[in-house]
Amino acid sequence: MPKVIKTKTEFEGHVFEEYVVVEGEGLSAWEPQAPLKFVGQKTPRIDGPERVTGRALYTFDVQLPGMLYGKILRSPHPHAKIKKLDTRRAAKLPGVRAVLSYKNTPKISFRQGQTFVFDEIVRYVGDEVACVIADDEEIAEDALELIEVEYELLPFVLDPEEALQPHAPKVQLSGNLLNGKPDLYERGDLDQGFAQAGVIVEGAFKTQCALHNCMETHGSVALWEGDSLTIWDSTQHIFGVRAAAAQLLGLPLNKVRVIKKYMGGGFGSKNGLGKYTVIAALGAKMTGRPVKIMLDRHEENLAAGNRPATVQHLKIGAKHDGTLTALELRASVGAGAFCTWPPSVGGPARQLYLCPNVKTEQHTVFTNTGPLSAFRAPGYVEGTFALESLMDELARKLDIDPIELRLKNYTEIDQMTGRPYSTKGLREAYERGTKLFGWDLTPRSPSLKGRGGSPPTLGEGLGERFRRGFGMASQIWSGNGSPPAYALVKLNPDGTATVISGTQDIGTGTKTVLAQVAAEELDFPIEKISVEIGDTQLGPYAPLSAGSMTVASVGPAVRVAAHDARQQLLDIAAQVLEVPRESLTICDGLLSSSAIKEPVAVKDVLEKLENFMIIGRGAREPNPEDVTVNTFGVQFAEVAVDTETGEVKVERIVAVHDSGRVINPLTLSSQIEGGIIQGLGYALCEQRVVDKATGVVINGNLENYKLPTALDIPEIVFEMVDQPDPRANNLGVKGVGEPPIIPTAAAIANAVADAIGVRISELPITRDKVLKALKKE
Amino acid sequence: MATKAVRAKKLKVAIRGPGKTAIKLTVNGETHELLIEPRRTLLNALRKDLGLTGTKKACDEGTCGTCTVLLEGKPIYACMALAIECDGKSVETIESLSKDGQLHPIQRAFIAEDALQCGFCTPGQIMSVKALLDENPNPTLDDVKRVLSGNLCRCGAYPKLFQAALRAADLVRTGR
Ligand code: FES
Ligand code: FES
Repeated sequence: MPKVIKTKTEFEGHVFEEYVVVEGEGLSAWEPQAPLKFVGQKTPRIDGPERVTGRALYTFDVQLPGMLYGKILRSPHPHAKIKKLDTRRAAKLPGVRAVLSYKNTPKISFRQGQTFVFDEIVRYVGDEVACVIADDEEIAEDALELIEVEYELLPFVLDPEEALQPHAPKVQLSGNLLNGKPDLYERGDLDQGFAQAGVIVEGAFKTQCALHNCMETHGSVALWEGDSLTIWDSTQHIFGVRAAAAQLLGLPLNKVRVIKKYMGGGFGSKNGLGKYTVIAALGAKMTGRPVKIMLDRHEENLAAGNRPATVQHLKIGAKHDGTLTALELRASVGAGAFCTWPPSVGGPARQLYLCPNVKTEQHTVFTNTGPLSAFRAPGYVEGTFALESLMDELARKLDIDPIELRLKNYTEIDQMTGRPYSTKGLREAYERGTKLFGWDLTPRSPSLKGRGGSPPTLGEGLGERFRRGFGMASQIWSGNGSPPAYALVKLNPDGTATVISGTQDIGTGTKTVLAQVAAEELDFPIEKISVEIGDTQLGPYAPLSAGSMTVASVGPAVRVAAHDARQQLLDIAAQVLEVPRESLTICDGLLSSSAIKEPVAVKDVLEKLENFMIIGRGAREPNPEDVTVNTFGVQFAEVAVDTETGEVKVERIVAVHDSGRVINPLTLSSQIEGGIIQGLGYALCEQRVVDKATGVVINGNLENYKLPTALDIPEIVFEMVDQPDPRANNLGVKGVGEPPIIPTAAAIANAVADAIGVRISELPITRDKVLKALKKE
Repeated sequence: MATKAVRAKKLKVAIRGPGKTAIKLTVNGETHELLIEPRRTLLNALRKDLGLTGTKKACDEGTCGTCTVLLEGKPIYACMALAIECDGKSVETIESLSKDGQLHPIQRAFIAEDALQCGFCTPGQIMSVKALLDENPNPTLDDVKRVLSGNLCRCGAYPKLFQAALRAADLVRTGR
């Protein structure tokens, strides 16, 4: 019988309480040294062939008979009221099938009432105004130019600090401060903490607005069959899109199906339902034909989310031996025009170090710019940059080795809840990272100072004009995974198995990891396992693929389902083979028993049962209540700064992370490297630029928004602590998607400060900032 | 940061249109006659008219390399060529690489090295590597980096892309 359990779940710094249904047998985690056949292997992606042949079907590739294309007209103004909208000329253009706007569509509230799918007020350059549905994209684009709109321009505000001023234009009627008040956290007594401090360091840190630029843009295809709607969507959460689409369109859940087979990146920006999805569904209804809307690169960079800019005032108090006594953070975050999910910028300050007196205050502020969305470790990347930069300053001031300072304030207890960590491999990560990087050989190391301070040259000599620097930074992130997450494992009559779950692979290798887990538990050859995900009609519920939670949420459910299938198989085989159940074992897909001579293939048993299909069911168990499950890590950076051009060249990144047991070292290494490379772009070159006079994004394309390219990649060396976390879940795994992006920018910034002797406290660290800093010197 | 423009030298195009015009396109060895708008890009002709959706689009303006195909054996951004420019020419796309269900060594190397995450940039990366190896079967790491600098990968698969390209070169050279 299914059991209902009330449990706490954490997602990206927010805690929820919910009921979950648990079914299947509770399994304990494999022993750390258990001999495992598939888990822990470098298994190449099981869907590799589809991906390298171009046969993998992305939402962008869906082409249906009679399919039409939609193109969205977007506001050229940062804040305006639409006074007149005339679509008649557009509608007459040959090939145009419909023009949608607030005039001919139902008023559908969006983003918790902050806007409508078609709103008469536009709040940022890029806000949706109308949509043309036509035979082809080019025709739709032509038609957009024929739509006549008269706007009444409204005063606008782009800067979060200005938006908080009393007479600032209101972006949202309820005011520019999200929820009308700052998000406040306090523990201990801050004043007393600062009074106890022997030294105080403080600083203002600024981080930029960064754009996800997933290679596949956001988009959907909508198809009506009678009153049933099928949506192909490039999404990280098929079940979330199903629920939201059903609600907004007034449809029962069983009439909405959401499919996402492959997607070209999300990084948090595809966590929820987009307006384009609703518009595609409305357009398809209106025209009676399937409709596809894919944003183009420019729209993507206006309307598809971003990592918001922050300003962080941070102050740290410490005793002379480095013991932290107080930590205070005041952060403002520019939400853009809409926001229902503020990132937790104060997370690292609250959690990373032992500190009794902490206060964090976050103002999330609406502005007339494109709305924020989650972006790989939202808040933590920004917060870690400020915290770890200032910790570096503190180390300098106290003349303590940066690692030693961090060890001094190491905590085995979660500072937020008072519970111990289930496992914390950060100390080991520091040790291993220090060795891997050769930290003790850098001039920053006190041991070297002891030797008279002559810096050894690591790598090649650089010459006069270059200065070399070394830095490090730590990372904390939840990554615990949680229920609800469910899976089925079907055993087919031919002895193959199909894993089914309503999860999705956003590029991390989910399918492969789930196949490894199922193969391990079933003890079937992995070639016999296939994995079906990404379709709400197929699978039981699984959570969104975000928050580094997919493997730690869905993986354990798959293991339980595989276990259930295996038990059923043994029950059945014992009867078919007429042997005692206890005598039966499965190994490599073969059934053996002391009561029979030769092992029997699973197929030979199941085939006797006509087309009976064993279906194992599994659910993710609740998280433990008495411990906190978190991920940890450290990264080291070596940079060379060109003092003539200001260019920062990252030469080497060394990373050591603790994410529990590693299921697949191959796909995991891709996650680590990818996170670091995104972190490098964030540290050095990525920045959305908005024109102050017009609110227009002036680099919303891949030419002027600078992403790291093949020529910018440093040497990346990493290790995993790879200690299974038996309290975390039945696999002993923690997430790994987000941890690697978290400390990169801070480590690079610390290395730059080490190289040039001046702290740059604003990201990205571009050449102009370096040159300016050098003149200040 | 650097982006390398991969573009064939300016092609001579006779003025066509307005309205649809007929072209002959040899794609992966098969010749097709198409009736298309003169403004149709090669990329859209491949994807929409021929249903070859393996070639992706991430920018449609020559800044990402996702749409890389080979035109007369040379890599180009398919979004930057009009289909009419390619009239009578031959194009190779990702779909041409595996033969009789056998993956091309480059494809095998990409899987073995996990040189992909979301996989959206992958067809373009593979075609760039193909162009490189066709020209230079023995590339250095620097050659690989230079060639791939015109292909963005937002997932950051670069280190693995480099390894895959070198492994592919090895497989091709040794005929494996
Ligand atoms: S899609 Fe052609 S270069 Fe980006
Ligand atoms: S694998 Fe995702 S963009 Fe390259």
